[in-house]
Amino acid sequence: MAWHLHGFPGGIHPARMNKSPAVDNPIESLPLPPHLILPLHQHSGEPAIPVIEVGQKVRRGQLIAKAAPGRSAAVHAPANGEISFIGFHACPNDSGMHEQCIGICTDEEGELDEDEFVDDISLTEEEMRQRIAMAGIVGLGGAGFPTVKKLTRHGTKYLIINAAECEPYISCDDRLMRERAPQIVEGIHILARLLQAEKILFAIEDNKPEALKAIALACFETDIEVVVIPTKYPSGAQKQLVQNLLGIEVPSGQHSTSLGIVMYNVGTCYAVSRAIAHSEPLISRIVTVTGDAVQRPGNYEVLVGTPIEYLLQHAGVHSDKLRRVVMGGPIMGIAINNLSAPVTKLTNCLIASGPNELDEDLRARECIRCGDCVEACPASLLPQQLYWHIKTGAYERAEKLHLDDCIECGACAYVCPSHIPLVQYYRHGKSHLWLRQQERQKAEHAKQRFEARQARLDREKEEKALRHKRAAEARLAAAQANEARATEAQPAAKAEPDKPVIEQHNDRMSEVLAAVERARKKKTDPDAENKS
Amino acid sequence: MTMVVSSPHRTRGDRVARLMLLVIGCTAPGMATLMSFFGWGVMFQVWLAIGAAVATEALCLSARGRSPKRELKDFTAMLTGVLLGLAIPPYAPWWIIVTGTAFAIVFGKHLYGGLGMNPFNPAMVGYVFLLITFPTQMTSWTPPLSLSDAPPGLFDSVAIIFTGETFDDRTLNALRLGVDGFTMATPLDALKVDLNQGLMISEVQQHPVYGAFAGAGWEWVNVAFLFGGFILIQQKAITWAIPGGVLTGLFASSLLFNIWNPDAYASPLFHLFSGGTMLAAFFIATDPVSASTTPKGRWYYGLGIGVLIYLIRTFGGYPDAVAFAVLLMNIAAPTIDLYTTPVVYGHKQEH
Repeated sequence: MAWHLHGFPGGIHPARMNKSPAVDNPIESLPLPPHLILPLHQHSGEPAIPVIEVGQKVRRGQLIAKAAPGRSAAVHAPANGEISFIGFHACPNDSGMHEQCIGICTDEEGELDEDEFVDDISLTEEEMRQRIAMAGIVGLGGAGFPTVKKLTRHGTKYLIINAAECEPYISCDDRLMRERAPQIVEGIHILARLLQAEKILFAIEDNKPEALKAIALACFETDIEVVVIPTKYPSGAQKQLVQNLLGIEVPSGQHSTSLGIVMYNVGTCYAVSRAIAHSEPLISRIVTVTGDAVQRPGNYEVLVGTPIEYLLQHAGVHSDKLRRVVMGGPIMGIAINNLSAPVTKLTNCLIASGPNELDEDLRARECIRCGDCVEACPASLLPQQLYWHIKTGAYERAEKLHLDDCIECGACAYVCPSHIPLVQYYRHGKSHLWLRQQERQKAEHAKQRFEARQARLDREKEEKALRHKRAAEARLAAAQANEARATEAQPAAKAEPDKPVIEQHNDRMSEVLAAVERARKKKTDPDAENKS
Repeated sequence: MTMVVSSPHRTRGDRVARLMLLVIGCTAPGMATLMSFFGWGVMFQVWLAIGAAVATEALCLSARGRSPKRELKDFTAMLTGVLLGLAIPPYAPWWIIVTGTAFAIVFGKHLYGGLGMNPFNPAMVGYVFLLITFPTQMTSWTPPLSLSDAPPGLFDSVAIIFTGETFDDRTLNALRLGVDGFTMATPLDALKVDLNQGLMISEVQQHPVYGAFAGAGWEWVNVAFLFGGFILIQQKAITWAIPGGVLTGLFASSLLFNIWNPDAYASPLFHLFSGGTMLAAFFIATDPVSASTTPKGRWYYGLGIGVLIYLIRTFGGYPDAVAFAVLLMNIAAPTIDLYTTPVVYGHKQEH
């Protein structure tokens, strides 16, 4: 019986998917590049910490940066070679800012180091977890969430494998499924065992019939239920896929894991299988290289750290045709300005666009409130109202309309007839609200500290006053006791001691008056002193 | 190759101009039908309106420091002109449509900040300005050519618009005479007058001005605009929400009164195919800038327009009620939006 789908609102059907021709060619291995650049931050969380030194020889699969405490992921040497630098290098990011990287001058592809990774199929669950953590595996669907961090939870109701690959151009998962379905399924079984998942769903869009066939064959007579979902962007977005498959909305501000739903990308499952069955850390991945400017579009098995320009050259890029290089898909991807930046664990696709392939020279017009964005939004937001509020600086109103629930899929910007870069506005609005929240927290912290200090000072003052009062009382009591004793002895001599004090006072008073008189004279006749 | 380009890298493209041209194109069946029933005047009014709209828009854009060359290409001013040109009597003097269009563009659009910022439908602002300032000219509708005593030809049409007289010295009032020698009103007007004289619907509808089912000429004009509207929906330029709301509102309110007293209140069919109903439902009320923007809100917005059209037509003193109904609901649109915000993903539990 086919799985009952619940669908999700909004979404778009891009007119050109451009999965071909890249998807039609078998996965090809890239020759070893002369140098590799491995960013320390290829995942969500804290950057990894280097454990090697410049000039040190490394072997393929050797740990070169360990996971930082908390959420982080390890980085390994993808090939044999020598560490050439540890420092800032261009990375594939939106801002074009350089990030901390480790450079390796490669000499040969090399073998996996037997000491680091021992192949043993009869591992305990704890050992498996350990191995997945050691392998530096992160979510390859794009989020880069360290895989092991999602493996801690027992009693998972649903394990969902995400093979939607809904964005145009990208076909690395499609090709991986066609060629390596059994390994993927092996990885799924490992994850299912570690999670003790009650139900395993494998979601794949209906525009990948060959991959579906391969997966269905590999899943035959297993407890994996393959679910074909209609092609619609963004069907592969985590929250939308949960809604589509299960009819459940992940509550705002929560993660699907809190509902007992864990989701992994197919590529991640493959990497898990490599780590467990082949002792291989995450040192390579499949990258779709496509676009009108490349001669040989296809999917390439690429070592992590390979410079983008090396990969593009290998795919036969026409530099005179090249207009733009985009990492990721055309809807959510980022433009790469510095082609010396490396392929990372999260690089799923590179589009080297030719003339008129992607939007060029389109300027934003005024919003005409057509509402196309409202219909496209899979989160049921009101994109154009968010835009108006952010544009006018009314961030609080955008917040009230749940700006935070925007998943930045870009469906709104795709359909916008005025070509307004809506997602950029939302990011700006979100960061503004985030900053304000930080400031508010800081202010609250400062207020608490001030109040605590004030309370302490008040308390001390009170204590001091109390001490003084007690001392005064003690003195008074002593004096009274003395007095009582004195009165008992000499009751007549009571007012006498005051007299000399007044006399003393009068003497001092006359001195002061004389000084004032001298000063006044000096003032009325300033020359008097000089003359005399 | 240093550039700052942000996602999305591919979109459906700049389609404001295409959208506006599509809407203008879809008025063609209605416009052609209007011309076939009321003569060449329709065409000249639309031309005059387009000319005035584009010229005023260019002046306003220049005054605001914008590039007329770039922004005129969005065709929004042209659409305002077309809608106003279709809405006014075909043989009104030229300065009526020119001042009305200029007013619409200046006061209805640019004084609020131009495209996208206007709270009111510019064409309807222009229409109401004309209606309350020049009521005589704005109510001087001529009968359909078939019922006309002496229908004007091509050159007579030009002459009467620019000089007030045809070449054979007939005035506009002469053109308004029907075959029976009486001045003909529009079906909506005629109905109001007849009912005020104590006649019953069944009696007055024998008159040829009421046509086959909703008014001579007008019923087919409405059918043609309805057809154009279907194309707009099929092309996804608009959704059913607003036109559906308008037609449902008008249908429901007219049905209610018609059932209550069929002799005093015209049938839903008459209302749906009279005057500017279909033009309003598919082309005027659907102006997105001044309408409600939420999916649910658009239905309420349309329903409001439909009900107001009926009430103002039936109990008001104006020839048609579309402009007032649209402007009144324009005022309500922001409030409707506020109360019809959709439930955002992940917030179901709170509701």
